[in-house]
Amino acid sequence: MPRTVRDVVFVDGVRTPFGKAGPKGIYHETRADDLVVKAIRELLRRNPGLDPKKIDEVAIAATTQIGDQGLTLGRTAGILAGLPQSVPGYSIDRMCAGALTAVTTTAGSIAFGAYDAVIAGGVEHMGRHPMGEGVDPNPRFVSEKLVDESALFMGMTAENLHDRYPHITKLRADQYAVRSQEKAAKAYANGKIQQDLVPISVRRTNPEAGETGWGLVTADEPMRPGTTLENLSGLKTPFRVHGRVTAGNAAGLNDGATASIIASEDFARENGLPVKMRLVSYAFAGVEPEVMGYGPIPATEKALAQAGLSIADIGLFEINEAFAIQVLAFLDHYGIADDDERVNQYGGAIAYGHPLASSGVRLMTQLARQFEEQPNVRYGLTTMCVGFGMGATVIWENPHFEGDK
Amino acid sequence: MSTTTELLKGAAELFPDEVVTSAHVRHLDLPAGAGRFALVTLDNGFDHTKPTTFGPASLANLNAAIDQVEKEAAAGEIVGVGITGKPFIFAVGADLKGVELLKEHKDALAIGKGGHEVFKRLSALAVPTFAYYNGAAMGGGVEVGLHCTYRTVSKALPAFSLPEVFLGLVPGWGGCTLLPNLIGAEKAVSVVIENSLNQNKQLKGAQVFELGIADALFEGADFLEQSLIWTASVLKGDVVVDRPVIDRGEAWDQAVAKGRFIADSKVHGAAPAAYRALDIIAAAKNGDLQQGYDAEDQALADLIMGGELRAGIYAFNLVQKRGKRPAGAPDKSLARPVTKVGVVGAGLMASQLALLFLRRLEVPVVVTDIDQERVDKGVGYVHAEIDKLLAKRRVNQDKANRLKALVSGVLDKAEGFADADFIIEAVFEEIGVKQQVFAEVEAVAPAHAILATNTSSLSVTEMASKLKNPERVVGFHFFNPVAILPLLEIVRGEQTDDASLATAFAVAKKLKKTAVLVKDAPAFVVNRILTRFMGEIQNVIDEGTPVEVAEKAVEPLGLPMSPLVLLELVGPAIGLHVSETLNRAFPDRFTVSANLAAVVKAGKRGFYVYDSGKPELDPEVAALLKQGDTVLTEEQVRARVLDAVAQEIGLMLEEGVVAEAQDIDLCLITGAGWPFHLGGITPYLDREGVSARVNGKPFLEPGAASVPA
Repeated sequence: MPRTVRDVVFVDGVRTPFGKAGPKGIYHETRADDLVVKAIRELLRRNPGLDPKKIDEVAIAATTQIGDQGLTLGRTAGILAGLPQSVPGYSIDRMCAGALTAVTTTAGSIAFGAYDAVIAGGVEHMGRHPMGEGVDPNPRFVSEKLVDESALFMGMTAENLHDRYPHITKLRADQYAVRSQEKAAKAYANGKIQQDLVPISVRRTNPEAGETGWGLVTADEPMRPGTTLENLSGLKTPFRVHGRVTAGNAAGLNDGATASIIASEDFARENGLPVKMRLVSYAFAGVEPEVMGYGPIPATEKALAQAGLSIADIGLFEINEAFAIQVLAFLDHYGIADDDERVNQYGGAIAYGHPLASSGVRLMTQLARQFEEQPNVRYGLTTMCVGFGMGATVIWENPHFEGDK
Repeated sequence: MSTTTELLKGAAELFPDEVVTSAHVRHLDLPAGAGRFALVTLDNGFDHTKPTTFGPASLANLNAAIDQVEKEAAAGEIVGVGITGKPFIFAVGADLKGVELLKEHKDALAIGKGGHEVFKRLSALAVPTFAYYNGAAMGGGVEVGLHCTYRTVSKALPAFSLPEVFLGLVPGWGGCTLLPNLIGAEKAVSVVIENSLNQNKQLKGAQVFELGIADALFEGADFLEQSLIWTASVLKGDVVVDRPVIDRGEAWDQAVAKGRFIADSKVHGAAPAAYRALDIIAAAKNGDLQQGYDAEDQALADLIMGGELRAGIYAFNLVQKRGKRPAGAPDKSLARPVTKVGVVGAGLMASQLALLFLRRLEVPVVVTDIDQERVDKGVGYVHAEIDKLLAKRRVNQDKANRLKALVSGVLDKAEGFADADFIIEAVFEEIGVKQQVFAEVEAVAPAHAILATNTSSLSVTEMASKLKNPERVVGFHFFNPVAILPLLEIVRGEQTDDASLATAFAVAKKLKKTAVLVKDAPAFVVNRILTRFMGEIQNVIDEGTPVEVAEKAVEPLGLPMSPLVLLELVGPAIGLHVSETLNRAFPDRFTVSANLAAVVKAGKRGFYVYDSGKPELDPEVAALLKQGDTVLTEEQVRARVLDAVAQEIGLMLEEGVVAEAQDIDLCLITGAGWPFHLGGITPYLDREGVSARVNGKPFLEPGAASVPA
């Protein structure tokens, strides 16, 4: 049977505001599944042209798939969101790149012709499910020295990356972090972020955390606008004595969820759905687990090669800021300045937070908004590093592109 | 506001054990830049199994929360105030335990006024107020929302009602006044009177919206978020709430008249609550809210100090609590599993039982009878009933298939009952027949199987007496219609052992019946009291009192139907049979009416004909009646009947037929439909002085179902 690969598009994406993990965090008494369910419902409300019966799949990522992030979240979230019972769903795990993988995996199926339209997203409630909860690493990792012992601790891998690139100093990392906070504050002031946030009702019964009763979350909790280099310079380096990685130049521990609609371009056009980005290529790559922050570089190399593009063709970058060092390593590799305007225009995870498996779709949602604003840009990419030594990159084309001016 | 504070403080001192509801105030930014908003959460700190209520300290908490938001509103710091509940519960109204403790009219008045004073402030704030009915809302919970400017309701809300009239109160924190002014008198009467008197029927979220009580309806998954987004739109003027104009003309009076008709048909003027509520609804036509609130305060205080409400709360607690934990039942761990049920007999009663066991236990049910035709008819009845359930979508096709596959009929008891754990007989009401049936069953059933009898008047002990294992026989007396009346009298024979009894109670629970443990005494509880009651009516008729006088004499009790209509429902022949049984047991108190015997012999199904649309004495029956010449007044008849009932209950308690008077009342409420405002019957007998007159003492402790001393 002859097949034609179909164009796949990013129709729309939303997310919950991100919260700080922990007993005083806004989502401390909110279930993880409820977060992603509310994101899915908002997507459907925003896109009435999408008949829920026509959704072919719900792919939801979570790193720690137990409790309220377990039970085949894609299926249960679909039912809880009120999707027809005929819509199937499944769960995805590629740690930090969970939602990104939910998008690429379903996109591959759409291109193949198995699906027309899907929901893809992710959730991570790191307050309810701290990193490493319930893990049981095989002792051979250590006994056979398959990976360095630091590989399981992301902060240590970031310190390792500093070792690899000694010229990327703590000062550069802090300067990058200050800029991320500034750009995020500016994006908020200009209303770039709020338009894709889903308000979430939250209950609080612990008076130590603030006013009790029901409240409504409409903004990201982790942001620290006005952060200065002085603020950052004195922070502890928890992963290594006299190290470089601090809470200030890394993303925090966060709670949040994202969801997107991915469809074949034909389906989107036939159903009057927006086409915000067109998928060009995607790739994943493995690196030494103890320097997992290096991962985006080989992944991007693969994705560019597949697309027949060079880095110079990329007009906008959305790089997940798990650690400033990991972004800077990427930029250095490609000879891009630390403060290049094409990179993370709205700021990144250092400001907004990084609820692991949800973040990929946040990058896409922000890139999609930047595409709308900048029709002179043809290509953009979303990329992130992944625990245990991986990188993930998706290259997108701007459907609003008006040609070179 | 110091007067309100003092009022509530005084009330709180009378109710030290109140489960106190907090009113948390939390601030938030509304979406779309609509402004700063204060959201009040009502929460008693427990999960949904202990719903949020309002006692005086809870009202004081809400009052303090309103103090806070009032200042913020006046200062322009907030654009609106919302009120909602903890997960699954909005608020379920006044705490009845506090009401039970009230001894004085002035304290009762304070409860009404206290609620009004607090709730009213919500409508007087400088900013609009919003109620978000997120979960169960009843009574005062509904009313606190009615004082708000706007309301939203969750589609997932399972229960919404103003149940006060059902209990013997009026919706007295604004319900009687605000609801008709919001949705019109007709709909208000339906909520306040009709639903309440219709076994406290609950509304679902969508109905609350359709009735116009709520201005917007949102799905449960993100109800609060959508409510707050809607709130932002209302405050910004993007959404304009348009409520239909209500008809304050003749329609209002007609609605109230319809309400009175409903009340008459349900309580026959015997309980005041519905009529007091209707008076306030009628007066609310002029839109004067304060006048309505004052009338609510008075009505509440009067009713709280009245016996009907106390009996109502007593009855409510019997059904809700004692009915779920039967007095005297053995430890439930003794119960044996029941994985297959046998039914002896395939007549109508037996077939109803087969259907009930099938639906509730979902185990194989085998029906036997003396010939194939009867067996086929019995199984056919069950299949037809399952099809009806399927047509009404009460079960789906899979469930219907499952149930039909579980029911079977055989002629050979050995084949049907060899592996049954519970076998119930519903054959002809004759001791020899029943003994024969049990002997046959025992010969083929496993040694552990329970042998249950649905006898209404025969001795369970005697029925078991000829068996090898009499300890496994229990009485399992249902009431007709089996699917509707909740009562199940579980009869312990002299030799019944604890394990068999525990199994019987476990089965009753699965059948969702209200089980009451009864001694093996003639006609058990309900039939004995009803027969004594009817017998006395029959006696006065036989002695010469006109039928209509005898019937009217007991109308002030507000029973579900008159004695002779009840006799018609039961069937004169069965009534006669039970009276004969009881006459043999207690010839000094139970008579067998010659007139009734004549009516039965003539093949009449009842005393009345309905040709004119209402009951009139059947001339053929009138011709059969041979009456004496002693004509009593209604008062005399009533006294004689109530004295007889009081005497009989006193004797039953002495004999130990049940553990306590509470069980008698529970039986009459759930097995005969006797009303809440009578508390069954003993609170009424105590209140009217009948108990003291006949037995020299009341049945219940003072305060148990009356205003405490």
